[in-house]
Parts: sequence; C-alpha cells; structure tokens
Amino acid sequence: MTVDRRWQLGLRAVALAYLALLLFVPVALIFYRTFEHGLGAVWESITTPAAIHAFQLTLEVTLIAVPLNTVFGIVMAIALARGDWRGKGLVNALIDLPFAVSPIVIGLSLVLVYGVHGWLGGALADAGVQVIFSLPGIVLATIFVSLPFVVREVTPVLKEVGDDQEQAAATLGAGAWTTFRRITLPSIRWGVAYGVVLSVARCIGEFGAVSVVSGKISGQTETLTLLVEKRFSNFDLAGAYAASALLALIALATLLAMTAIKPRREEGDA
Amino acid sequence: MISVTNVTKRFGDYVALDDVSLEVPDGSLTALLGPSGSGKSTLLRIIGGLESPDAGSVVVNGEDQTSVPPQRRGIGFVFQHYAAFKHMTVRDNVAFGLTVRKRPKAEVASRVDQLLEIVGLAGYQQRYPSQLSGGQRQRMALARALAVEPSVLLLDEPFGALDAKVRADLREWLRKLHDEVHVTTLLVTHDQEEAMSIADQIAVMDHSRIEQVGSPRELYDAPATPFVMRFLGPVTRLGEQLVRPHDIALSHDALPGSAEAQVARVVHLGFEVRAELELGDGEEVAVQLPRSEADELELAVGDIVHVRSTAMPSAPADPVSA
Amino acid sequence: MSAIAAPSSVRSARRSHSGALGLGLSTLWLSIIVLLPLSAVVAHSLDGGIGAFWDAVTSRQALAALRFTVLVSLATALVNVAGGTLIAWVLVRDRFPGKRIVNALIDLPFALPTIVAGLVLLTLYGQRSPLGIDIAYTQMAVVVALLFVTLPFVIRSVQPVLIELDREMEEAALSLGARNATIFRRIVAPNLVPAILSGAALAFARAIGEFGSIVLISGNIPFHTQVSSVYVFKLIESDAPTSAAAVSTVLLVVSLLVLLAIRGLGRWGARHDR
Repeated sequence: MTVDRRWQLGLRAVALAYLALLLFVPVALIFYRTFEHGLGAVWESITTPAAIHAFQLTLEVTLIAVPLNTVFGIVMAIALARGDWRGKGLVNALIDLPFAVSPIVIGLSLVLVYGVHGWLGGALADAGVQVIFSLPGIVLATIFVSLPFVVREVTPVLKEVGDDQEQAAATLGAGAWTTFRRITLPSIRWGVAYGVVLSVARCIGEFGAVSVVSGKISGQTETLTLLVEKRFSNFDLAGAYAASALLALIALATLLAMTAIKPRREEGDA
Repeated sequence: MISVTNVTKRFGDYVALDDVSLEVPDGSLTALLGPSGSGKSTLLRIIGGLESPDAGSVVVNGEDQTSVPPQRRGIGFVFQHYAAFKHMTVRDNVAFGLTVRKRPKAEVASRVDQLLEIVGLAGYQQRYPSQLSGGQRQRMALARALAVEPSVLLLDEPFGALDAKVRADLREWLRKLHDEVHVTTLLVTHDQEEAMSIADQIAVMDHSRIEQVGSPRELYDAPATPFVMRFLGPVTRLGEQLVRPHDIALSHDALPGSAEAQVARVVHLGFEVRAELELGDGEEVAVQLPRSEADELELAVGDIVHVRSTAMPSAPADPVSA
Repeated sequence: MSAIAAPSSVRSARRSHSGALGLGLSTLWLSIIVLLPLSAVVAHSLDGGIGAFWDAVTSRQALAALRFTVLVSLATALVNVAGGTLIAWVLVRDRFPGKRIVNALIDLPFALPTIVAGLVLLTLYGQRSPLGIDIAYTQMAVVVALLFVTLPFVIRSVQPVLIELDREMEEAALSLGARNATIFRRIVAPNLVPAILSGAALAFARAIGEFGSIVLISGNIPFHTQVSSVYVFKLIESDAPTSAAAVSTVLLVVSLLVLLAIRGLGRWGARHDR
C-alpha cells in the first residue's frame, strides 16, 4: 500500500515527536546540564577518589562477568542448536528468566543464598569468604543479569549456518576441538561480538540487584550506577549529572558498536 | 482490447521502458517474452496500474486508464510468488475481491465454490496456503483473480517458482482455462517454450523495447532481428547469414551456393542427429537433421560434406559477429 | 539444514564426548547462577509457613503496590502497542534524512543504565523542567519512566516482520479492489499481531520488575506511586526477608507466566509460515 502523502507526513511527525519527548530531548538535556558549568567542573567530579574507585570496580566486575558468560553462552548455544536432548524447554525458560525477573528479586535471591543467614552463606563465612556486601556478591549479581545475551545471540546464528561445514571438517579428519576452533568459532564471531557488547552494557548499567547486594560502601562496593544514586541522594546534582554523562557516553559507544555489528550478525561466515 | 501507446518508464537514471507500444486483441492470450531486465514485468505492472508511466497511455476497451488506480481497473493480477494471503483460508483468499465489493454472503460462497471447482481445488476451502503445494497455491491465486470477473488477466511469470514438470502441466492447464473463460490474458515469461506453446501472440522484448510482435509461427519463421531469432530457437552462422540448424542441407556433392565443411562431431539424440561441422575458414556450423537423412548420408566424423542453407532469403543478416 | 546427513556414527561419536560435557557444564553454570538463587526465594518465602506467606502477599501495602504495578505495566504495554507499531511502520516504510540515526537510537534504552534513565527523565519532567512540565512524584511519572525503558521492545519486534512482509500481498489486494484502509486492516495488521503481542509481553515483563528508572522520579509514595519492586526493596531494608521473598515469589510467578505466553506467541505467529 502506498500511503497518502498527508498520512505519511502525519505519521512521521507523530513518531518523531514521541521519540523526541521520550528519548532525544531528555538525553540531550543531560549532556547540556552536565556541561552547563564547564568542562573543568565535570572533570573534577569524575576524578574524585570515590568516582575513580567506582569506575574501577564497575570495570573489574564487567571484566569478570562478561568472559564467563561468553564461554557459557557459546557452549550452551552449541548444545541448544546442535544437540539432541530433552529438557530444552526448561533450559530455555531458565535462560530467559534474567530478562523477566525484577533486579530487586535477583538481589534478594543472592542474599538468601550467600548472605550470612543464607543457604551457603554460613559455610562460606566460616571459610572466611564474604559474598554479600563484597565484590563476589556484586560479581554474582552482574553475572546473573547478563547471562542470556551471548547465548541468545549465538543460538540463532548457529541454527542458520547449519552444521554442513562442521560435518565436512569431520570427514576430513578434524577433531572436535579443531573443528570448533577453525570452523564453528569463525562462523559465529559476529553473533558473539554482538552478544558481548550487549552484555557489557548490561553489566555496566546494572543497578537494582547491585543495590541490594553491595551495601553501597563508598570506595569499596560502590559501582558507577550506585555512585549516581548516592550523589543524587546527597543533593550533589552536578556530581550525579557528571557520573550520568559518563555512563551515557559509554552507552552511546555501546550503541555505536551495536549498530556496526548488527548487520554482520547474520552473515555467518568469514 | 488493450492499447499501450508510447509508454516510457524510468527508475532514476535507468530506463525500464523506452517508447513502447503494443496492441492486445480482445480475448487473446498474449505473451510478453524476453530476458531479465527487458522491461516486460514493468510493462505488465503499468498495464495493471501497479506502476504509472512517465509518458504514454494505456487504453483498455476504449477507456483511458493511464491514471486510474489499480483498484478500479477491473484487472486480475497473478504474481510469481503467489502473493497468497497466508493468514486466510483458501476460501477467504478467493472470496477477498468479492467481500471487498460487499457482495452478499450466499453469492460469495457459491462463486468461491464454483471457482475452486474450475481450478481443481474443490474441497480445499478450509486449508491454509502453507498447507498447499506451489502449483496449488498458484491455482488458488488464479481463482482469486478470476473471482471478480476481470476484463483483463495479467500474469507475471506465474510458473517461474515451480518445478519443471508442474510448470509444464500448469501451462497447458492455463491454456485450456483460457479457451473456456476467454478473458483477455497477458502473460510475462522468459521461457520461450512456454510462450511458443500457449500464446496466440508473442511480443518479444529486449532492453526496454519491443523487438517484434506476432504469432509464434511468424516469429520463428520470420524473425525481424537477430535477437528475436536467437531468443526463439537455435541459431547458427553460415557465412554472413544466421540460419536455423534444421534449415541446413548436407550433401556429398557440391551444389550451387554450397560450401565445403568437415564433420567434427556427430551426436545421436534418438530421432534427431546433431552435427558440428568446420568450414574452410575455421568457422563452426551446427546442423540438425532427422536420423533417416543422417543414415542416408552415412555421416561420420572426418567426412567432407557440402552445406547449404534452405532458409527463406529474408533471414536477417548478423551485422556483428557472434 | 544439511541435504546429505553425515553417517549417524560420525554424528553420535562427536556428540557423545564434547557435546555431553559442554551441555553438562553449561547446565551446571545455569543452575548455580539462576536456578539456585531463585529457588532460595521460593523456599524462604515459606519460612514462616503458609499463613505468613499469605499475610505478606495480601497486606494492604503489598496489594496496593501489586495493583499499581500491574496497572501501570499494562498501560505501558498498551501505549507501546500503539506507539511502537507506529514508529516501526515509519522506520520501515518511510524515508527521511537522519532515519538511520533515529533507528540506531531506538536501542538507547537497552544500553543506558536505568538509574541514568531515571535521572534523565527527572531532569526534563521534574522540578527544574525547561518545558515547565513537572510530573515528579506522580503516577504519570512512573508511566513515563516505564515507557522509556520499554521503548525498543515492540518496535524491534515488529520491524523484522514488517520488513519481511510480502509486498505482493498488498499489491494483490490492491488489484482485487481494496483501498488502503482495508489493506491495512485485513492484510497487514493480521500479520503483525503476533509480533506486536510478543513485543508487548516483553515490555510488560520488563515493566513489572523495573526499579532503577522509577526509584528517583516516583518518590516511591506507598499506596500511590510505589511499585512492587520498590516495596520488596523496602522489605529487605527493614530486615523482613521472608515477607520480601513472599512478594518476590508472586512477581516470579507472573514473570514465568509472561515468559510462557511469549514463547506461545512465537509459535502462534509462525503457524502459517512455509
């Protein structure tokens, strides 16, 4: 159907107005408000010891969670796409849960397992390991929320590509590991890349679960997102804006990566 | 009758149709034949109103339809990939045009049943297109197009997506349907065998132009251009002339107008024999002859024979070497 | 799908070693990370017995929060159905300068931390709003925050379906005499419905659990702008983990049901594909 010119312009106007009011203007405003008082103030705000530590903590947590979930994601994707076993429905539901469950519930669930009164918390405390209100807790929460991304991106790519090439490699004498390294991995690299980008964004942006689990101890268990909230609560609006602008910049970089990689995902070959 | 006059269509810088004119007689089955990119689908879509020309006019049964939208042209259109409404049953698909025109339910139901009977899909009312084979989907598409009693039926490579056997069956079936229903039909195809076997009239197109219009026999026997000759059948060069391989006579003795050639290869294909000969100047000539003749000549590789064209003197000369 | 299958001996040999190990390890990981903690929630919710569970879940504040959460999430889903479909349509069928940038920006709510989203919306629609619109601490604010974070769901769900939609179906309908409104109603829309519903279900699931974007702009006023996730947070902070677990279990059940619905919708949507 070729839409009438007036309708076309009308629809376009409504769509763009909605997006402007909900998305573009608010985000632009944050940058405006942040740099309203000059670059210097912003720089100072994001280089305070608390801020630097928050940045480092966020980075550290991301660098632990993402590789682990990537390995899991690839292995699970292969099992889902190539394997023949019962229980795929249940596994798929479990993988989707982090998308559907509230971050607060996720945080609570970790406290109930690893907190001092939790299932494993007591035993861990005796062994001298503190999970809740410490780094491991934050890592576990971040792993939980970013779990599905790589697996959900790689599985359809694997299904689409099919296992012809892998079978050919087998007939030519390649073992499982060689086939994986030289045939499978290259065919899924863009799917993996896209999943990794989404995971990184999710890890950096996690707030709810980490709120419950971290204790928000400044300089120790305060991530960047928690820092934003803390500053806001302390009426340090400029400081909150500055940290937010940093996070927003990272988000835009993520978006750029997503846009670049998205069309490559479906390629499936070198 | 459809009269297309001086139609030109551009897509950006690309000229899809260049000053094209065509007359389609009432009740005929006309084929638009040509290679990909020749403009035939664009011409069909302009006649159907799915595209509009940059210049020229389309007159159907005396009415100028050049700027009439497709909904009001009274045409039926059948697409290469069926364009089935996949979320509707066969019955609802075929009934669509009638329900759009708000016909009473009883009339719609009986017309749908009647049409499904005609196309051989009786009893398939409640099936979905995804449950039908390609050939069945196309027959459903035809029933759907015919439901609104169009004055013109347009088919855009309707059998292109089907297997060879299904294609051959459906094309014969379409011809029979046309003989019964007598709707002016325009068919786009790149398959010369398809056009030759069922069309009353063929318009051969190449590079946005119509090269020749005529009956299958006319086009085959008296092609106007080398392109038409090549497109409609096998062709070989004898000297300056383009000749059909079966219009070449072989003899052991020299005859007026004949040239000497050596037999390079002989292929037996049942009743037909194909031979490749090499002329004195190194040029190759392809010859087709019935088995009886080949036997009579005792044709063998290495033989020296004489070749002579038996074609009509008006065969087009080929200005550019093949 | 391979046209020629490898002999079954080749396939099963490969699968039995590395396949089983991979599946086993990854399922173990999944269980430790996801299944174990969530089971703890359900288990702990019954720590005080069924009675305590019921009391926690049906307390006035819990019910108020749940009712508000569900209503506001439904509203969000509905607005997204209309707005998201419209935006998807414009992005697929229209052309204008900057369209590619707009298309890329749709994913921003996926990439932006929720707390930043909350702050961003508060800036534009709160006390110091340059537009003069102050909806901070109102129910409307919660809706706006949810609309922000759920923006991409319906759009990204509908876009691929619209792109794949057979234009020839629309042309066939045209040739059969249908006008644009009819074509949209009888041809385009029915094919979009499963995708729209999937996107709406995803948006709903995301909305009922949302925390970060709401926590700043809503004021978390009990019985007014308090959503279930904030209520659970309050329970955790007031050291009432069993009650928190009980309410969380209810939220979990809702999430699971929505997930099942989404899977079902996916299958329903593909029923006519071949």
